[in-house]
Amino acid sequence: MADGDAPLIEVKNLGVTLNTSRGPAQAVRGVSFALRRGETLGLVGESGCGKSVTALALMGLLPDSAVISGSIRLDGAELVGLPDSAYCKLRGNRISMIFQEPMTALNPMHTIGHQVAEPLLRHTGVSAAQARQEAIALLDRVGLPDASKRVDAYPHQFSGGQRQRITIAMALACQPDVLIADEPTTALDVTIQGQILDLIADLVAERGMSMILISHDLGVIAENVERMMVMYGGTVVESGETNAVFTRMGHPYTQGLFRARPRLGARKGTRLKTIAGTVPELADLPAGCTFADRCAIAEARCRAALPAVVDVGAAHGVRCIRTDVSMAAGGVGA
Amino acid sequence: MPSSTRASRWPTCERAADRIRRHRGNRTGRAAATGFWRRALRHRSFVLGAVLSLLVLGAALLSLVWTPWSAYDIDVASKLHPPSAAHWLGTDVLGRDIVSLLLVGARSTIMVGVIAVGIGLSFGVGLGLIAAARKGWTEELIMRMSDFTFAFPAVLSAIMLAAVAGPGMVTSITAIGIFQIPTFVRVTRGSANAIWAREFVLAARAAGKGSFRITIEHVLPNILSILIVQATIQFALAILAEAALSYLGLGTQPPQPSWGRMLNDAQTLLFQSPMLAVYPGAAIAIAVLGLNLLGDGLRDLLDPRLARER
Repeated sequence: MADGDAPLIEVKNLGVTLNTSRGPAQAVRGVSFALRRGETLGLVGESGCGKSVTALALMGLLPDSAVISGSIRLDGAELVGLPDSAYCKLRGNRISMIFQEPMTALNPMHTIGHQVAEPLLRHTGVSAAQARQEAIALLDRVGLPDASKRVDAYPHQFSGGQRQRITIAMALACQPDVLIADEPTTALDVTIQGQILDLIADLVAERGMSMILISHDLGVIAENVERMMVMYGGTVVESGETNAVFTRMGHPYTQGLFRARPRLGARKGTRLKTIAGTVPELADLPAGCTFADRCAIAEARCRAALPAVVDVGAAHGVRCIRTDVSMAAGGVGA
Repeated sequence: MPSSTRASRWPTCERAADRIRRHRGNRTGRAAATGFWRRALRHRSFVLGAVLSLLVLGAALLSLVWTPWSAYDIDVASKLHPPSAAHWLGTDVLGRDIVSLLLVGARSTIMVGVIAVGIGLSFGVGLGLIAAARKGWTEELIMRMSDFTFAFPAVLSAIMLAAVAGPGMVTSITAIGIFQIPTFVRVTRGSANAIWAREFVLAARAAGKGSFRITIEHVLPNILSILIVQATIQFALAILAEAALSYLGLGTQPPQPSWGRMLNDAQTLLFQSPMLAVYPGAAIAIAVLGLNLLGDGLRDLLDPRLARER
């Protein structure tokens, strides 16, 4: 915590190779970003693009067989290669995570009070009674009705939205510096989604946390984060201020993703636009741009080597060599 | 319906509703521990299992202070008596009182079951949990070792042990116990692996817990019901294995009575006095049935998801 401008989390050239049954798979390549205290960052992309693997790499929760290269620094301290025992002291304490599936993220055999109090007992020196009081206060803060009465209830006695509130309370117990929310609302009803996202946004602002929000939902990203990164095939294809990216999309994939969103007021029978082709197999990535096979404006040099990041605005980078075409008025095929 | 009756019914309803409300209030909060016993007494198979198991335990305890006759005195003159006032279930081929034999036999049955299953549980569950938590070559080593042990039947390992340590109850208990380890290793490791793959374990790791604490706090409680049921099955198998080993002269040594030995003694007299086989057989059946019901009941009662008040 040298000065306010030093990044809290700094990721440089992160690479993750997973050992799969189909051979080594490069799940993440050359991901770099920095996050200052209190900033929010969104990671968007479709399934298998490396969003969750990036999050797990930050948490140090990848399987032992995964090979991690590059650097992850928390407050200047290197995390890559940190022994598990040291990582255990950070997890839940300085970096926390909210998971996608609230129905399975809680242990059915323990009361919710026990599960929320657990990180406190583990990372801070409080007594069991204090931890219990703190757990009740947290559950109350995340909007669980009747927290003091229901603290000894078991997870199955709660609804999905309530359970997600409980997992948020768990993640926030030790006042972490960084909160990673991995698709926190994907498993919930749309009406509950908004409530949970509002709650997370309130808590992030209230406690001055940094947040990394992972989602495949452009709407969720647009409303909740200051900066965003679009991932595809394990690489960041576009990154920048959320507003800047939404006003001037540079990468053909981002544009395709935006066109594929469902729209209100569309005429009945209108088909959803899709991006032609399928996501490349991570074990068998093409040499050049990972999106080239599905891109309307790809040419031979796109397939030759992975394109470098091109600056198209203030802190707005696009990993595409044809931004002159893609960012021309109207974009591609719009 | 006269109006007076209806009027008198309403307060009853009110009181019932009140009772229900108070009842619900108890569900959360510190009343959970007393709730366990209240639920336990309502669980039919748990109660039946507990009664049968306590019957066997009671028989063993009773035999320590009192038996109708001595279980060791041979009286060949009064052999193979039918049931009478003096010998409630008759006598065996050596003139020993069947009731006394059954009472004393319960002791060896319980001892064999408890100790052998204890050996299997403590080593097997420990190794299984380590295998699931550690993965990699540790898991491989533990599983291959348990395969190796599994390859030798209990009888064979008992014979090997007897050759070294001499036959007897300790030998047979040890052999049965060792034979049970790989079963527990496999069951534990298989179910523990399934728990390790669950998201709440990932969440626990994200909360900063190490593998030891996750094993104790998350994995073990979630596989406990499987282990309890497995233990009751293994208890039954241990009783049967003890009977087989006693038959080979490797188990309980005469004159110490055991249900397994009684059963095997009765085998040669099956046509002459079939009831001699029925008594110890029924005793074994009661013990095994009682334990299975008890295990089933415990599994239901220990699982908070099934803990519904009716």
